[in-house]
Amino acid sequence: MELNLNINGEHWALDVAPADVLLDVLRDKIGVKSPKIGCERGDCGSCTVLMDGRSVRSCLILAVEADGHDITTVEGISSDGLSELQNLFLVNNSFQCGFCAPGIVLSATELLEHNPNPTRHDVQEAIVGNLCRCTGYEPIIKAVLAAGKGGSE
Amino acid sequence: MVIANEFDYQRPSTLADVTRMLAEHPGSARILAGGTDLVAWLRDDAIAPDLVVDIKNITGIHDLKVEGSALRIGALVTFSDLIESEVIAAHAPLLAEMAETVASQGIRNRATMVGNICSAVPSCDAGPVLLAYDTTVHLVGPSGARSVDINDWFVGLRKTARTDDEVVTHLTIALRPHGGVYVKLMRYAGEDLAQAAVGIVAYPDDDYRVTFGAVAPTPIRSTRIEDALHGKPLTESAVAEVVAMVRDEISPITDIRASAEYRTRMTEVMLERGLWAASERLAGRGPAYGDRLI
Repeated sequence: MELNLNINGEHWALDVAPADVLLDVLRDKIGVKSPKIGCERGDCGSCTVLMDGRSVRSCLILAVEADGHDITTVEGISSDGLSELQNLFLVNNSFQCGFCAPGIVLSATELLEHNPNPTRHDVQEAIVGNLCRCTGYEPIIKAVLAAGKGGSE
Repeated sequence: MVIANEFDYQRPSTLADVTRMLAEHPGSARILAGGTDLVAWLRDDAIAPDLVVDIKNITGIHDLKVEGSALRIGALVTFSDLIESEVIAAHAPLLAEMAETVASQGIRNRATMVGNICSAVPSCDAGPVLLAYDTTVHLVGPSGARSVDINDWFVGLRKTARTDDEVVTHLTIALRPHGGVYVKLMRYAGEDLAQAAVGIVAYPDDDYRVTFGAVAPTPIRSTRIEDALHGKPLTESAVAEVVAMVRDEISPITDIRASAEYRTRMTEVMLERGLWAASERLAGRGPAYGDRLI
């Protein structure tokens, strides 16, 4: 089936099977590798991408469902250099192995888009579906709060 | 891990096309809305349809609005839509309270409430709340439209009153003054299914709906408990009386997520706290919607 979609602002037309999952198409056919293959059942959040600006699990979306939609990954938000949030992840040592980082950055990007000055609770709620096994979350929450307009906790 | 089963995919733009496609593939077509259950089941080889019918191009089933004296919620309304809706905040904040407990943002942005009651797993969060709201489910099939009382909707484990060639178009909930609660027991916030859940709606004149999730093969309503509460002011002894009835009304199992005894005891606690909170919310006080009672 023909699939037309925008990925990080670039138009793509490609042939996919109905059973192809968006995550696999992004990684294997398009070469966008930041969405990670984790649990593959919607639990871990490592495959998170933004679809029309909203965070979604690309492991639970058929590629054909993305037809006509805009997909954004961390490659897209950092095409002109790191975003403020990404810089704050660096400053705060907010990731270690980095496997969860693209998903968490995107979940937090969606949060800040809708809620520029989130509370600690808002941040926790926004990333509750993104598992991190390294950091214990505190440095992540700190970075997202710092990116909010409040500027600090 | 890819989807091993091969299937055709269609994205029709009319309900007539949907029901025709479903009728042409009796028992072997599946409806796709948010896909958070369906794609997971495809990945697990738990289902192997010949055809997947994506209904996201259908117009007229996205609505979330007041229509006459009822709230109308289209089949494509997601849990995030419920949380962000001013209509829901004004008329049925209980739906937002429930939606906030569903999985996490990335799931809620896709998963639909109608899909939740069509999947009809025992722990489906929408089940207890929609039962407590006396909801009507509206479907369309090859021979036309019909509606089903939510009390007749859940017919067994993952089984509903929907026939294979029908598609749910929307839900309606009559607008009435009420106070509601949804109390969900889970191991941690985010991505956890209910271990047990209680839904309560208090209507004026001491008229209650009391429902449970994850403690029976389907979400259930207890008319016995409702009758015991009916027409009497809520008192400590009235609450104690119905809390003592819980054990006979539910049939929880022991599994990896909780023991039957724990589910039972916590259901009693949730009913007790929930009844007080629902009745206080009806009176315009009590905990804000979204505040967790456990």
